[in-house]
Amino acid sequence: MDMAGLSAYAVFFLSLVGIYAIMALGLNMQWGMTGQFNIGIAGFFAVGAYTTAILTSAPAESRVGGFDLPFLVGLAGSVIACIPVAWLVGRITARLRTDYLAIATIGIAEIIRLFFVNESWLSNGTRGIPGIEKPFGLGNNGYLLIIIAFVALAWLLVEIARRSPWGRVLRAIRDNEPATAAAGKDIARFRLQAFITGSCLMALGGGLYAHFVGFVSPEAFRPLYGTFLVWVMLIAGGSGNNLGAMLGALVVWLIWSSTEMIAGLVPTALIGSESAFRVFLIGVLLQIILVSRPQGLLPEKRPPMPGEKR
Amino acid sequence: MSLMSAEALYAGYGGVDILRNLHLRVEADEIVVIIGPNGAGKSTAMKAMFGLVPIRSGAVSYRGETITNQPAERMVSRGIAYVPQEANVFPSLSVVENLELGAYVLRGPNGPRMERVFEIFPRLKERRHQQAGVMSGGERQMVAMGRALMVEPTLLMLDEPTAGLSPRLIDETFERIRGINQLGIGVLMVEQNARQALAAADRGYVLATGENRYEDTGPALLANPEVAEMFLGG
Amino acid sequence: MIEIIQLLINGILLGSILALGAVGATMIFGVLRFAHFAHGDFMAIGAYFALTVVTVFNLPVLAALPVAMLLTGGLAILIDQVVYRRIRRVQPVILLIASFATALVLRSFIQMVWGSSNQVYQVGIQLPWRIGPFTLKPDHLLIFAAAAGLVLIVHLFLSRTRMGKAMRAMSDNMDLALVTGIPANRVIMWTWAIGGALAAAAGVFLGMDTRLHPVMGWTLLLPIFAATILGGIGRPYGAILGGLVIGCAMELSTLVIPGAYKPAVAFAIMVATLVFRPQGIIKGNA
Repeated sequence: MDMAGLSAYAVFFLSLVGIYAIMALGLNMQWGMTGQFNIGIAGFFAVGAYTTAILTSAPAESRVGGFDLPFLVGLAGSVIACIPVAWLVGRITARLRTDYLAIATIGIAEIIRLFFVNESWLSNGTRGIPGIEKPFGLGNNGYLLIIIAFVALAWLLVEIARRSPWGRVLRAIRDNEPATAAAGKDIARFRLQAFITGSCLMALGGGLYAHFVGFVSPEAFRPLYGTFLVWVMLIAGGSGNNLGAMLGALVVWLIWSSTEMIAGLVPTALIGSESAFRVFLIGVLLQIILVSRPQGLLPEKRPPMPGEKR
Repeated sequence: MSLMSAEALYAGYGGVDILRNLHLRVEADEIVVIIGPNGAGKSTAMKAMFGLVPIRSGAVSYRGETITNQPAERMVSRGIAYVPQEANVFPSLSVVENLELGAYVLRGPNGPRMERVFEIFPRLKERRHQQAGVMSGGERQMVAMGRALMVEPTLLMLDEPTAGLSPRLIDETFERIRGINQLGIGVLMVEQNARQALAAADRGYVLATGENRYEDTGPALLANPEVAEMFLGG
Repeated sequence: MIEIIQLLINGILLGSILALGAVGATMIFGVLRFAHFAHGDFMAIGAYFALTVVTVFNLPVLAALPVAMLLTGGLAILIDQVVYRRIRRVQPVILLIASFATALVLRSFIQMVWGSSNQVYQVGIQLPWRIGPFTLKPDHLLIFAAAAGLVLIVHLFLSRTRMGKAMRAMSDNMDLALVTGIPANRVIMWTWAIGGALAAAAGVFLGMDTRLHPVMGWTLLLPIFAATILGGIGRPYGAILGGLVIGCAMELSTLVIPGAYKPAVAFAIMVATLVFRPQGIIKGNA
């Protein structure tokens, strides 16, 4: 690969890392800080991606929209559209135990995917929505800067939230729910707020993703890409730690990308399908991480309580 | 040689010692009761001896053999049976199934063992196909004790066997514990109903903040004015 | 009316397959306290094991069934010993994520070994029997009979054997099982073996009814969990009932909504159960 090719690849690579980092931060808000086990990330990712696709693409005859609206309107739409969905999911599942919440959220993600597969009037079905443009006539390089800006914004947001009294309540709920309830905190409300905020970050990731690849179809929102990799990133990076979440996105995407090379080195006759082999590798890798270092690369560091010395 | 004894136990969860320098022994054929205020470490003492709470230092021995920190499975195989205070039956299983599982570590037919338990608790025979979860508190306590007796123990450990029972059932329970003891089974129990427990027991230990406070025969402890003032409500 | 009865027949067929999957899932849930997300993929790999036996030794599917059950049960124990056992003491959610990883590993393994395209056990079309206005394939009767036989065996195992009772006891009250001297590790291994074997049977039946595909099990995971929760966690008899109810509900729903949303029906029943009766129709230990 020559220099130009290498740098183009680096831009492509970092863009996806950035998008995943935003989703990992969203998941950290739900799982790392509040202890909500959401494995329906792909669903919120899809809502974000489809919303901006419908809002910003050129008008098409076979479906509703597109409305040819500007990029930022589309992105705002992604986040806003996610709020009622996350609110509904959060309300229904508010009192569920961790493992039930997991089952419920994965069901919701599957239903959202089924919805986009089947409701062609809105989503153009399995053919997907093409022609989602990057904003301001930017190329990949310029768009990377936009992604980085949003990563920074998202990080700032969750970090402020984590250090705020609100974030302390969330951790208190995660670590000792009865005691927090006894302290007079409305647990269901705090949970719902965290769930919606986290889901909106996932939708933001979906919106940015749609403009990055220029095309959305239900294929992209299978649990593997949408949900599983994000979980691997957060667990590998260190759940509860926002820097860890972002580091996890970088490391795991690096590994995921390099499995492509490893898979390329092994004769196809031996492994049948290259993409299947990559999934196999990442699955085994995650299990190794879980068995050997369940706290991740950067374990959670708790911010000091008021008056506490560091 | 004592049936079971604990010497200089330091034990607790997560590196925090709840028990400090605890000494305790049970002779064969004895009923021994542990009393003390809330948080004194009574249940912890029994659990540590049964291997359910990690012991940091000290030793537990059974018939002269050291059994410190051994898994429950091994304790049961030796003939030590333990009845927890709460959730001490398998609710979705029938009475008979609860009893059968009590003898899980033993080989051979369960029939004769079960007949012996039914002799002690005739009520269980009447209700043997009942699901344990739907039975009354008193009946559940019988199932729990019956389950423990199925392993033909030499030592029965009871964690607050009368908790939550009506006064009439409390009397009945202590009477039954004496009956079990007369079959040659040593009993170690933790009790809140200190007065009645001491009356039923051969010896008693008074614990406070994880340490031995008093140790004497049941009647002597009952007569001890300090014990009376501390735990027996004057 | 005729349509409804036909759908009910299909529903019971799907329900028997779900029931076999759900019995294992509910026991694993009850004994090990975590939702096993690779259960659907156990079904799939069981179906593919049977495919290999069928094609290599040229045997009928039902003869391959015991082999597939044995292999999948063994595989389940292996995965437990290598992965789950090591993290059992950490946090249940870590187990849950690990099972998600297992699901992906199994599925990609299937794709690598057997390929991603649809496959069938027997080439050629089976002529359905027409009984009055209803149609029934001979395979369907085989599936009913075999599923009923397996359920009976499971029932005898759980109600008559020492190990079966110990398994129910552990699912009922783990702490008490331990102080009773029930060997947890051995019971856990049996739970995996039985859960894996039943999942394999469900997968083989699903493959007989439709076709084999790497995601065949994953798509049934949600209905299986729905059956598990409806029946009450840790309640094998509840799981059987739950499987039949969910199967029939999914088939009957096609009367009113597009067939593509069948999984959503299972999901809706599950959420309703969780919200209104979290202990299941037969009281579980949730």
